[in-house]
Amino acid sequence: MQHWMEWAVAFFLLLGGCFVLIGSIGLTRMPDFFMRLHGPTKATTLGMGGILLGSIFFFSLTGEVSVHELLITIFLLITAPISAHMLIKTALHHKLTAISKTRGLETIEPAQRKAHDRKMP
Amino acid sequence: MRLTPKYRWLPTPFRSLLLFMVWLLLNQSIEAVHLFFGVILALLIPLLTLRFREPQPLIERPLLALRYILLVIADIVTANIQVSMLILGPKRRLNPAFVRVPLDLQHNLPITILASTVSMTPGTVSAEVYPSAELFVEGEPMPQRYLLIHVLNLTDENELIESIKQRYEMPLKEIFQC
Repeated sequence: MQHWMEWAVAFFLLLGGCFVLIGSIGLTRMPDFFMRLHGPTKATTLGMGGILLGSIFFFSLTGEVSVHELLITIFLLITAPISAHMLIKTALHHKLTAISKTRGLETIEPAQRKAHDRKMP
Repeated sequence: MRLTPKYRWLPTPFRSLLLFMVWLLLNQSIEAVHLFFGVILALLIPLLTLRFREPQPLIERPLLALRYILLVIADIVTANIQVSMLILGPKRRLNPAFVRVPLDLQHNLPITILASTVSMTPGTVSAEVYPSAELFVEGEPMPQRYLLIHVLNLTDENELIESIKQRYEMPLKEIFQC
């Protein structure tokens, strides 16, 4: 493998690793659940992207062209917002407390029962 | 908004294209065998699974959809850098907030795409859609729907709502023509 390509692979791996680390730091450092959710949903996507780019470069240079890492990226992009949504929905349902300076708490509606439930006597 | 496909043998053209690409990526080759088998799978799977699902709005403007995907990817990169700065910066300066964004979109699929995009882009995570679809009575006009989002650091509420509507909702309305 050429020298400069090794640098490229190392760069992408380190970049990815940094973003994943920052996402995890956000998870421990933020004061309430809702703010904690931001780190893992976002910083991790680019982190994984960087690591997978490094993987594509590395395997494309050692053997044949390797592109199925792209599939992992696509599935991550699709699933990350869904899991974030499920987590925050559950948090709202359980009425988790947000830190006191959070604005707009009054915009949250209480969980509603389904329409067909309400028609029951 | 169009729910019925143009050709009966090709109910979801873009899902077929996606399946074809995924098949080639999984096999990592463009040999004739894989191309041929990929086409067969891409045509058969949507036809077989069509009855399991409700009809979804079809993409009317594919080029705009491609542009939207590129825009979102670029925004994901900036979002990651911005959120990293916010996480590593001082905690006291963060102003978290819940914001309600009024939606012009009505169908569930475009709203889902919008909510996912909002979750992936700078400092916002979408939390809930009000009122929920289960409460609708069939036949009655749909009420105004809202997207509840949590913002990590809110500076100007109206500006944020405006930017989401302009940047993401407008193209989605164009793509699905609704």
